[in-house]
Amino acid sequence: MTKLGHFLIKNARLLDVITGMDEFGDILVDEGLIKHVGAPLRDGDIPERCRLLNGDGLVVCPGFIDLHTHLREPGYEDKETISTGVAAAVNGGFTTICAMPNTNPPMDNAVTIEYVIQKAALAGKARVLPIGCVTKGSEGKQLAELWEMAQSGAVGFSDDGKPVADSHLMRQALAYSSGLALPVIQHSEDLELSQGSPVNEGWISNRTGLRGWPSVAEESVIARDIALAELTGGRLHVAHITTSGSVDLIRLAKQRGANVTAEVTPHHLTLDERWVLGHDQDGPINGPLGLEAYDTFTKVNPPLRSREDVEALIAGLNEGVIDVIATDHAPQTVIDKLVTYDDAAYGFSGLETAFGLLMTLVHDDRIDLMTLVSKLTVGPLVVLGDAYSDLATLRKGTTADIVVFDPNKDWIVSSEEFNSKGKNTPIEGVRLKGKVVMAFVGGNLVYEQEKLDE
Amino acid sequence: MPSIVKEENKRLKTSLVDGTRRHLLDVDDFTRDEIDLVSKTSDAMLEVLARDIKKVPTLRGKVIVTLFYEASTRTRVSFEEAGKLLSADVINVSSSGSSVEKGESLLNTVRTLQATGADLVVVRHQHSGAPYFMARNLESMGVINGGDGWHAHPTQALLDVYTMRRHLGPIGGRKIVIVGDILHSRVARSNLWALTTEGANVVLCAPPTLIPQEFLSGQHRVDEHPLSTVEIETNVEMALDGADVVMPLRLQLERQESGLLPTLREYSKMYGITRERLDLASKDALLLHPGPMNEGVEISPDVAHGSQSLIEEQVRNGVAVRMALLYLLVGATKREETKAEIQ
Repeated sequence: MTKLGHFLIKNARLLDVITGMDEFGDILVDEGLIKHVGAPLRDGDIPERCRLLNGDGLVVCPGFIDLHTHLREPGYEDKETISTGVAAAVNGGFTTICAMPNTNPPMDNAVTIEYVIQKAALAGKARVLPIGCVTKGSEGKQLAELWEMAQSGAVGFSDDGKPVADSHLMRQALAYSSGLALPVIQHSEDLELSQGSPVNEGWISNRTGLRGWPSVAEESVIARDIALAELTGGRLHVAHITTSGSVDLIRLAKQRGANVTAEVTPHHLTLDERWVLGHDQDGPINGPLGLEAYDTFTKVNPPLRSREDVEALIAGLNEGVIDVIATDHAPQTVIDKLVTYDDAAYGFSGLETAFGLLMTLVHDDRIDLMTLVSKLTVGPLVVLGDAYSDLATLRKGTTADIVVFDPNKDWIVSSEEFNSKGKNTPIEGVRLKGKVVMAFVGGNLVYEQEKLDE
Repeated sequence: MPSIVKEENKRLKTSLVDGTRRHLLDVDDFTRDEIDLVSKTSDAMLEVLARDIKKVPTLRGKVIVTLFYEASTRTRVSFEEAGKLLSADVINVSSSGSSVEKGESLLNTVRTLQATGADLVVVRHQHSGAPYFMARNLESMGVINGGDGWHAHPTQALLDVYTMRRHLGPIGGRKIVIVGDILHSRVARSNLWALTTEGANVVLCAPPTLIPQEFLSGQHRVDEHPLSTVEIETNVEMALDGADVVMPLRLQLERQESGLLPTLREYSKMYGITRERLDLASKDALLLHPGPMNEGVEISPDVAHGSQSLIEEQVRNGVAVRMALLYLLVGATKREETKAEIQ
């Protein structure tokens, strides 16, 4: 890792949601902290041996925080390790990531939580905050030892991928965790209704003969969980919502003052179900299927949805109904995807493409840059709490977790260049505009795409 | 929608007519000309089948593999017979007794078959889209879809259309009623494409639990939808009224077990094609069934073996149509010389 040092980024656009800053100026990093932010420093105020970086055309903002990352270690080191995962994270601008507990063994006790924290400390680069299981073994039968995991550093609880189906148990989980002031993060899927199906129910499922995962399988669980959160006063965070009906449910819950927040993934905001047919959203939905159809790299859970759903998610983001953008980074081996659509593993390797994908929304004038930065920095505090707010601001004196990005840089997605072991991306070869070029964690330069020295 | 552009593979329209089609994955891209060509070629093959000595040397030196991951009688036997009558060497691989049983992946299996020099593989697989996955990963071997999951069964659709045309002439404007488990039926899906391409009026009839939600809610009834003319009718008596062709589908016991139906008994009473129900269709309406039949469930025995039944003729036509398809796909390079042999 690069040693701590002085860095001065000059003449960049500085964005900070917490302080409301959006101006051109300089930012000075020293001793791991932000020592100056704002007006250009005069030559006399620049420390000796300070590395000067030219920020022309670049944007500096707090490091991104990902609430939803699968690091796969322990147990699935062929898909990802903590070390490759954090390297992928900083490559994508994420300086803090929350590790989902569906490892093997699952992170359902203090020992595995501590193991992940220690491995992450050795790996360096990004900060890793573990999320513990809600139930023992994520089996949905008995609560895991939530308090002890919280003591060891768990920042929330989730049986991600295996939703808590038992309504009584979900009630207890929300009630119990409310005493710890930590959220339950639910992957909302009624498995009886979804039948573990691989694609959205509708024309795509009818057309391909693949089983359909209906929107209602997500919405019915969200509706139940909102009611349980209101009953218990527990904190509910709804992972990766994908349907327009889910946006409506969250909106209503918030209007009633329920303690509920929600996240959305970059891919559900930008890709629709047509990608399953092997082409992009402008390709014909009605045309004959070509050899490229049944592209297993588009298989993800929840599935890519309809256009109307994508539009509703973008609207929900702008309205503030959706609090957070989280990647659901789910690395898989190539072999996991080189099978039939039904056999293929779910998931996208998302950390390194998230920002580029999301910038499409900015360039298309669908969301503004400040909103995007907000959902990636301040938004995650709804789960992590204000204790972590230092990581989400450029305020002078706070920890220097910073990203520098070039909003206009053209690049082509090439999974070979990913730091992640997961090369499973549906957008291989796609041209994106907007890329993270540097990342600092605690003042350390952990990622540098190109030298910006003056 | 956000504007994320995927570089499209330059996909050339392939056709049996000019010999550019290498794979037969579905009939969703078949033109009327291609269906005509298959029918005309099948006529010639039926003549071969009527001969005393049925063998012609058309595909001598070609290797055809049948790779079946699911049970099948008629599709597999008719492909094998079709290949053999055309003098191809036909090798049957089934999931038991091959490396598939040892857990060899589909990809490795088909690449191995290609490496042995096989010209064509006929595949049946329980997963929708498996033939597409195979075809995308093969360079020289062609793929015929012998049925994939709930998705497609193109050779069945072509033989059904061929059988109807032999009795009715052009089927444009004819009323064709498919009764049964549409939701899980690859036969129904492929038939929808072939029949609508031919201009037939297709009516799907089943309890709502066995009709895809999209059809049920009428979302297909918009101009740009290729199946916009397809009608849905859950009442079988209404559906059969004036039908020119009636095609019940096999109803599987699993549908009862997974809660889509109360009992097969009730289904049979509500939807079974009986003499009385068939009489609601037009006089001399044709009765087709893709097989295998559950006599007494979706079709009563007297109807299945009655004078309007074309079920055995379908099987015979199936051999001819598959001969035609093998010839058009594998023998295309030698088309001119073989034409003389057949005639």
